[in-house]
Amino acid sequence: MFDELGDLYQQVILDHCKHPRNFHEQGQATCSAQGHNPLCGDQLKLFLTMEGDVVKDASFVGSGCCISKASASLLTESIRGKTRTDVRQMFDRVHDLVMTGEVKGEVGKLAVFAGVHKFPARVKCAILAWHALLAALKGEGHPVTTENDET
Amino acid sequence: MITETSPQTEPEDEAESLADWPAIRGDFPILDQQVHGQPLIYFDNAATTQKPRPVLDALSHYYQTDNANVHRGIHELSNRATAGFEAARARAARFINAAQPDDIIFTRGTTEGVNLVAQTWGATHIREGDGILLTEMEHHSNIVPWQLLAERTGAKLMFLPVSGDVGLLDLNRLDEWLTRDVKLFAFTHISNSLGTINPVADFCARARKAGVTTLVDAAQSAGHRPLDVQEIGCDFLAFSGHKMCGPTGIGVLYGRQEVLADMPPYQGGGEMILNVDFQRSTWKPAPHRFEAGTPDISGAFGLHAAMDYLDKIGRHRIAEHDQELGAHAYARLSQLKGGIRLFGPHVGRAGLVSFLLKDVHAHDVVTVADQRGVALRGGHHCNQPLMHKLGVESTARASFYFYNTTEEIDRFVEVLREIQEFFGA
Ligand SMILES: Cc1ncc(COP(=O)(O)O)c(C=O)c1O
Repeated sequence: MFDELGDLYQQVILDHCKHPRNFHEQGQATCSAQGHNPLCGDQLKLFLTMEGDVVKDASFVGSGCCISKASASLLTESIRGKTRTDVRQMFDRVHDLVMTGEVKGEVGKLAVFAGVHKFPARVKCAILAWHALLAALKGEGHPVTTENDET
Repeated sequence: MITETSPQTEPEDEAESLADWPAIRGDFPILDQQVHGQPLIYFDNAATTQKPRPVLDALSHYYQTDNANVHRGIHELSNRATAGFEAARARAARFINAAQPDDIIFTRGTTEGVNLVAQTWGATHIREGDGILLTEMEHHSNIVPWQLLAERTGAKLMFLPVSGDVGLLDLNRLDEWLTRDVKLFAFTHISNSLGTINPVADFCARARKAGVTTLVDAAQSAGHRPLDVQEIGCDFLAFSGHKMCGPTGIGVLYGRQEVLADMPPYQGGGEMILNVDFQRSTWKPAPHRFEAGTPDISGAFGLHAAMDYLDKIGRHRIAEHDQELGAHAYARLSQLKGGIRLFGPHVGRAGLVSFLLKDVHAHDVVTVADQRGVALRGGHHCNQPLMHKLGVESTARASFYFYNTTEEIDRFVEVLREIQEFFGA
């Protein structure tokens, strides 16, 4: 039962969607950005506390589907201690991963999103938090939306 | 089996006999397929309906035998295409009991119909400070064209409130809303996300008393129940062919001839002019004044076949069947344990149900259902302001048509149970 679905909704994803980690605002955040997926109404806000070039703390709030919530939750866990360059590289890897299903380079736990590529309508859900992340690092004031980009 | 009828003979409702629903379903080749290894259950009919064989045949027959441009040639094929196109107009007039074929403007669909009224009637009738009354359950296509008009003119938009999840309009207070400033009242007949059926004849009667022009969005009703514009008493009524077994790309805007007569043109171009000089032109009367350029001719042929097809079944029968499916779905869903929020009226609903499972996002419901062969819609259904009012971002929706069955609904409810289990809700 649910073979293809098991690829999409991996146990790790189900767990993070039901119990999102780092799910809170940060009063002291150095930067933040909003992500919006107008198609489903997914809405999230990402907070980063930077120490020089390094992500010291990351958290998020918002509402969305299982995939977008789990993606934001896993993102906040996986970018701690990473530099801006690391983060940019991670974005590219996650992007490739959800588009093609192929794991290129070290992605750690994020490999659970490989199944998303079989569900084209859900790619935007998986990548939303990552777009918000880039926007936060660039210090962009306006919300990013999944409609301005190919994914 | 519903067979093709020639454009000239109008099918009569066979009031005595019962509709043979399984045979009717057999007219829809697309329904006979597997999706992700499961039999397709198509429950996205409010978005667009499937097309029966007579409609598909009419389209290919048109292109194989009659294709030519309309109102231009004097050769045989052009005569045939023109005759068929105008026969479709006359058929559409009979379909909604318009006084005459000239009350029928062919459009791309409901959206274009509303935009046409906003741009032409709106340009000459709406001034700064005027009120345009809508309802909170309108589809974006019956909100945004009025926002654009309000921006241009300085008119103000007002919204008749929806009463929470049961999705009814407060009719006791309608007369208070129909003030002297209000020039237009535009409202949906059937809500595409709540399934509410509005008493449109009553709305129009009250509006008329207050001297207010009316527009009915019949996108969700035209293919689902008998429609009589004279009985409804509206000034305008718009619908889409593709939501009633017809092809995409064709729709109808009905306008009362007296109202159409003094409306300026919509788009400029061929077909709509009497005479063109380099500096100025004169227009044809309605409806041709509003139909610039080559129209969707095959679409009109297809729509004609769709209207014949629906009336052969009988729209009153379709309405009954809708109600049965809607009531069955609502009853089965409300018994679902584990938390479900249902939207729309408890009784007298159209054949669609919007819902939210506790702790499961609508898009996750739709993705899993799709893997079980069940096509649902998840999202705001082009009703974003309404969703915000109800405090939700999106809902999942199952919308039915006459080829759907109670067995399919039972299977769908079973799938929802699996989904609840899967997400541990
Ligand atoms: C109530 C209602 N009005 C208007 C529309 C717009 O119809 P169309 O997209 O065919 O122009 C729809 C369809 O989505 C609808 O459900």
